[in-house]
Amino acid sequence: MNRIEIEHLTKYYGSKLVLDDVSLNVAEHEVVCLIGASGSGKSTLLRCVNDLVEFDEGLIRIDGTSIHDPSLSAVELYKRVGIVFQAYNLFPTMTVLDNITLAPRKVHGTAKDEAEAYARELLGLFSLEEFAKSYPEQLSGGQQQRVAIVRAMATKPELLLLDEVTAALDPELIGGVLAVIKSLRDQGMTMLIVTHEMGFARDVADRVCFLDGGKIVEEAPPAKLFSNPEHPRTGQFLQRIIEAGRL
Amino acid sequence: MTSKRPRPRKRAGRSLRTRDKVLPHVISTATVLGVIIILRAIIIQAEQWPRIKSQFFDLQVMIDVFPKVLHGFGINMAVWGVALVVIAIWALVLAIFRSLHGPWFAPLRFFSVVYIDLLRGLPSLLLVLLFGFGMPALNIPGLPKSSLFWGALAMISSYSAYAAEVYRSGMDSVHDGQRAAAKALGLNQGQTLRYAILPQAVRNVIPSLLNLAVALQKDVALLSVLGIRDAVREAQIYTARTFNYSTLIAAAALFLVATVPMARLTDYVTKRDRERRLQRTE
Ligand SMILES: Nc1ncnc2c1ncn2[C@@H]1O[C@H](COP(=O)(O)OP(=O)(O)OP(=O)(O)O)[C@@H](O)[C@H]1O
Ligand SMILES: [Mg+2]
Repeated sequence: MNRIEIEHLTKYYGSKLVLDDVSLNVAEHEVVCLIGASGSGKSTLLRCVNDLVEFDEGLIRIDGTSIHDPSLSAVELYKRVGIVFQAYNLFPTMTVLDNITLAPRKVHGTAKDEAEAYARELLGLFSLEEFAKSYPEQLSGGQQQRVAIVRAMATKPELLLLDEVTAALDPELIGGVLAVIKSLRDQGMTMLIVTHEMGFARDVADRVCFLDGGKIVEEAPPAKLFSNPEHPRTGQFLQRIIEAGRL
Repeated sequence: MTSKRPRPRKRAGRSLRTRDKVLPHVISTATVLGVIIILRAIIIQAEQWPRIKSQFFDLQVMIDVFPKVLHGFGINMAVWGVALVVIAIWALVLAIFRSLHGPWFAPLRFFSVVYIDLLRGLPSLLLVLLFGFGMPALNIPGLPKSSLFWGALAMISSYSAYAAEVYRSGMDSVHDGQRAAAKALGLNQGQTLRYAILPQAVRNVIPSLLNLAVALQKDVALLSVLGIRDAVREAQIYTARTFNYSTLIAAAALFLVATVPMARLTDYVTKRDRERRLQRTE
């Protein structure tokens, strides 16, 4: 069963074509990684999926319903689809606990006690319980990113979009965040992940899509795509990554 | 996780010798005193000084009129205090109106833009005169006739336009990612403003708002043109009768007593705010 269906998606920024007839499905419990050069449209694609940016042509369905269908309210869409950003985007004026319980309480009407209990449970899972009453600026980048993942999890989404969640982190902090994502996959979370960590993509993905100039140029299981890419552009991209020492 | 070792009292770094600590203060104090002494000498030997002295610096006159001027100053500060509260709220409302998007809110947006353009475009003095003399003269039943009320309202209206722009710049300075995050959590427009945007915006503009508050603290003296017996008016009444201007000096001193601490507070808050930002981007 497909949870996310993207059909013939086209998106311009002004006169610039950013996504060019992109089609992509993500099945239940599947983990799909998007790779590609900077500016190839990965973030834009992810943001289209949960209606953070508008697109010009095509259709995106979540569980068979278009994200623009009036029967799918914004609250329902964002309950089902969580997103984590590269820049964490935690609210700096709120404690970690308030950041996490904001949506459950104010959007979904969960009682305060219940929301906080669940938040603390999640924080515990990610070894963050001691930071519940801290403010985001008091945390390291890696801790903030893990809190951002917890915040996205707090409404119990069934689909998770992750946009280069380790790109702003020092190398020694990346491992902890990636471990969290792996544990989510093991629990059956359906995920669409933009990443520059090829090793991680190889580990965690069921399928890898290579995006180039707004088009999905190649789509294959990681073992196939990384060792035996079909398209020359994919090969060139991977070659550059290898030269940069990141594979 | 946290170690039990107590934090050292003194920061690491080169410590100053006593001489290096004291000498700069001694020199700067001596310089200031020197300048004052020289200025004083120049002024005192001026031909007209004895006349000026009795006209502007007559201590007995200051003491005699002081209770009245102080009472008037009480009115200045009361107007200031009330105005601050009203401006802080009304300007925020204007800024929120202006930030709302969607066709339903077009009238509110339009109102806010026109209001801010008009009231920022007119001199405060003109507004005070128009409101203070015009509104009571209109004699509309049910509305107050006090020129103090209308004068204060003019100041509030004018300063709110500025403060609204300050709030707006604060809201604009909140990073786009914060809006995206709020939307992605399912927050609606109002919730996004209330929980994500406004707390950061307000925190960012507190120094600028304090600056406006200092400006307003002395601008409330404009109300004296309406005949309201504030500090300036009381001082002028005496001056007009006796041609002695010492009371104006007394009023000036009172204003300084109020504005200088406010300016210090503003500096302090601004400095703390800057330190907080620096820490965040470290
Ligand atoms: N708000 C915007 N306005 C105009 N152009 C934009 C905007 N956001 C992105 N773009 C353009 O769209 C293209 C795709 O951007 P996108 O952020 O999706 O790339 P990306 O693949 O995520 O890159 P990166 O790996 O650097 O994050 C880029 O050329 C970018 O300049
Ligand atoms: Mg990106």
